[in-house]
Amino acid sequence: MAETIQLEVTRYSPEKDAEPSFQTYEAPLRKDWVVLDALNYIKDRVDGSLTFRWSCRMGICGSCGMTVNGEPKLTCATFLSDYAPGPVRVEPLKNFPVVRDLVVEITDFLEKLQKVKPWLIRKDNKPLAEGEFLQTPEQLEQFRQFSMCINCLLCYAACPVYGLDPLFSGPAALALAQRYNMDSRDQGARERLDMLSQSEGIWGCTFVGECTEVCPKHVDPAGAIQQYKLTAAKEWFKSFLLPRGSE
Amino acid sequence: MNQAPPYRQHHPRWYRERISTYWWLGKWPYLKFVLRELSSVAVALTVVMTLIQVWALRAGREFYAAFEQAVRAPLVVALAAVSFAFVLLHAITWFNLAPTAMVLRVGGKRVPDFVITGANYAAWFVATAMVAWFILRG
Repeated sequence: MAETIQLEVTRYSPEKDAEPSFQTYEAPLRKDWVVLDALNYIKDRVDGSLTFRWSCRMGICGSCGMTVNGEPKLTCATFLSDYAPGPVRVEPLKNFPVVRDLVVEITDFLEKLQKVKPWLIRKDNKPLAEGEFLQTPEQLEQFRQFSMCINCLLCYAACPVYGLDPLFSGPAALALAQRYNMDSRDQGARERLDMLSQSEGIWGCTFVGECTEVCPKHVDPAGAIQQYKLTAAKEWFKSFLLPRGSE
Repeated sequence: MNQAPPYRQHHPRWYRERISTYWWLGKWPYLKFVLRELSSVAVALTVVMTLIQVWALRAGREFYAAFEQAVRAPLVVALAAVSFAFVLLHAITWFNLAPTAMVLRVGGKRVPDFVITGANYAAWFVATAMVAWFILRG
């Protein structure tokens, strides 16, 4: 195995560059090193101006999502040795504006996430003294998979619909909405329905399915969206057949 | 250096990559998706052809003979072959995707994906066998 590996890293400085370019760096190729380790090596030892997001280094925080050799990846979980002998091309996540080097602007996602109300909504809150809302393992199993989302945005980078239509709510926001809709403690499905049923909501999804393929936490956003389409269609039929009694 | 930076504070000059018109050629899953969407046209064409066939059958021997002659034209045969391939692609891709959209639970446990896919293929096989029996029974 070679001792070093080349990384072609996107560089973009908003102060002086009209568009991004690539800069090639050399980093040690160690068996236990991930792409993020190589980027940190470059930042610490070679070029301190290289800019990228990261935090936990263990697939929890969702900060270090980047495009590695054309695929959206969590760089803390992507081993350099899988790309040997190299070079490894590291780019910012697709479908988001680039702020600097490998850092993308994610405000659009955060606003969309807020719109789907990803929190427990209760209409009949009970006093704390009465204790927690209990849930059976079967009820937990209904939504557990969708609750694994770490907002890493790899799904948005893989989704051509979001790339072509930035109004689309996107996979993670819709999966998280479904996570709360399916939670037995939640009573907010009706509140979310209007937002989710818009053309920018679930109906914007054309079921490409790549969001599910690239998800590092096996959340299956494509599944969440298709399942919610069934729910929304049933709600529409109910409101069509029982215009006054569907509430 | 007193020159103002070419961006406003808190709102840097972002770079937004333009998506190519040919984005769907870049990756096999994207191409597969576009082919699956296009296959809907072939499905519609097959339905229209079947309706015309039924209409010709009902209209009488003379009309049906004319229909048979028309569909033997090389261009129609080629179109039918391409349509058939696309209809197969449509059916197979949708059956394979069915477990993602259709989650069934029995006794609180999720029915495995292969059972849902298998049920779809079984239904397809039975329907095809019935149609084949009806047409080929002589």
